Amino acid sequence: MSLSADASPGVATNVDAERFGVDPELRPRDQSFIRDVLIIARRSIRQLPREPEAVFPALLIPVFFMAVNIGSLEKLTESALAIDYKAFQLPVGIVFAVTGISRGASLVADLNSGYFDRLLMTPVSRLALLIGTMAADFVLVALMTLPVLCLGFIVGVGFHNGVLGFLVFVGISALWGMVFPGFTYAIAFKTASPAAVASATILFFPFAFLTTTFLPKDQLNGTLDAVATVNPVTYILEALRSLLTEDWNMSAIGPALLAIGVVGILSIGLALTALKGRVSRN
Amino acid sequence: MTIPAILAENLGRTFGDKVAIKNVNLKIPSGEVYGLLGPNGAGKSTIVRILCTLLMPTQGRARVAGYDVATDPMAVRLRIGAALQSTAIDGLQTGREMLALQAQLYGISSGVAQKRIAELEALVDLGKDFDKRVSTYSGGMKRRLDIAIAMLHRPPMLFLDEPTTGLDPRSRQQMWDEVRRLNKELGVTILLTTQYLEEADSLAHRIGIINDGGVVSEGSPRELKRLVRDDIVVANVQGDAVAVESRLADIRGVKSLTVTGDRIEARVSDGAQAIGSVAIGIQQAGLTLNDITLRTPTLDDVFMELTGAHMNKEVGHEPVR
Ligand SMILES: Nc1ncnc2c1ncn2[C@@H]1O[C@H](COP(=O)(O)OP(=O)(O)O)[C@@H](O)[C@H]1O
Ligand SMILES: [Mg+2]
Repeated sequence: MSLSADASPGVATNVDAERFGVDPELRPRDQSFIRDVLIIARRSIRQLPREPEAVFPALLIPVFFMAVNIGSLEKLTESALAIDYKAFQLPVGIVFAVTGISRGASLVADLNSGYFDRLLMTPVSRLALLIGTMAADFVLVALMTLPVLCLGFIVGVGFHNGVLGFLVFVGISALWGMVFPGFTYAIAFKTASPAAVASATILFFPFAFLTTTFLPKDQLNGTLDAVATVNPVTYILEALRSLLTEDWNMSAIGPALLAIGVVGILSIGLALTALKGRVSRN
Repeated sequence: MTIPAILAENLGRTFGDKVAIKNVNLKIPSGEVYGLLGPNGAGKSTIVRILCTLLMPTQGRARVAGYDVATDPMAVRLRIGAALQSTAIDGLQTGREMLALQAQLYGISSGVAQKRIAELEALVDLGKDFDKRVSTYSGGMKRRLDIAIAMLHRPPMLFLDEPTTGLDPRSRQQMWDEVRRLNKELGVTILLTTQYLEEADSLAHRIGIINDGGVVSEGSPRELKRLVRDDIVVANVQGDAVAVESRLADIRGVKSLTVTGDRIEARVSDGAQAIGSVAIGIQQAGLTLNDITLRTPTLDDVFMELTGAHMNKEVGHEPVR
């Protein structure tokens, strides 16, 4: 038997509808992109409390650094520079908590277990597989800021602009924490290698330390100052600090949003390219 | 004229320079259980992955349920279920959660999904473990869950890539029963791959023997065995049979011979006639005969006939249940 070569795609030639019919309960066409994103995100979020070991170190590190930095530098900076060093350090703790943590390892596990293939055989939107995971990251990093913020409250840091200021603070932190792992996802889709994804955590160090981690920008030497100028984290820290100590300061918040946008375009662009390669069936 | 459930024409796939499969032709009618039988690396998974729309062919084309896998993958996806070689499970979810998630991904309403999951619950036979995390499941439990997930959207055809590899005998039996049930009760067309001769023999209506990327022969188990017209005389001996192998091969009536340790298998055209001379020949070669029996060809003999090699030493002698 030969099937005519010119049969148009989507139309099976002479299909016996009874035999190869689609289950009438399936509604893939009603499925919106947003729904797909929510399904994928929900699954990803449900995994979080089930592997606390993946989150726990990421919570400990910022608390540790905040304690050490404040303990060793508070007296010096407050007398020499007249700044509120606790408010200066709280955003550092936040950035440490949200930078680099992601569902990347779980994505690699899916790629290697064959579960990702199973997802690809469903009608789910391919894009939702990335965006849903990143949406889960947004929730994850927003949650990660809370214990650090509590610590901040305990040591007496307050929000200068009330509840709205608090929400913008968490929002900027979580947006940053969501776009940064785009690089990790790019590596995950490209290599499916747990080792490669684990090594992506090294990215954390230049971003987290080649900036105003310990001292304000005008105290940095020429080289570090130059690097800090192109480090997006510098602008994130600036915006977060302004939210703790000043009235609404758009000249601090604006550049942070721009920095998140630039990094986001780059990292998500790379992740999308890698995702495309992964689903291309080649 | 009806459309075959699966049609592959000249299907081929290369990875760089490596030819994984070449010139594969398949025509599998609706309602059939088709077994792809072949050793590791033969190309079974590559064929299945192309038919399941996970891999593009680099040559030829394939239609599943009448739809081209290359140009119309979504139409294919809605009509197939698949449990691939690596059990595609997520250890952090429970069995029930995995099924519910699968239903959502296909847009099945939660009411319908719950009903179906309740039905499948009995089938996957997980008991209380159904609400435990999948990471705690045994291999057999994972496989059963995997198939339940594959069947949740009630596809008319199912792909099973080595569904029983690594399973204990009881789980294997359970899997065989389920394959037969899906085919008989629900009329599901099933393409399964296996390295186990007796699995193909007992489950498949037709078998395609695949070796080195190509289907070398195809037919019902009975037809395939008929390809080997000879009988096989099996002798267990004492003494160094390997050393006198050439003398044994000269025994009248013996067409070919394989010696493994103290076991001699001789292909003869008429077993009843030849068994006597084989027994005498063995003794004349200086060996002590422990026992000698006659058997009809197995699929392993067919594979040997077609490719000149045993399919797999271990599985060739697996115990028959
Ligand atoms: N992604 C791949 N890249 C390179 N070679 C591959 C890939 N997938 C399969 N192969 C090769 O193709 C051949 C057939 O593999 P496969 O279809 O997995 O065989 P089987 O399932 O019968 O064991 C093997 O030699 C394998 O190494
Ligand atoms: Mg395989």
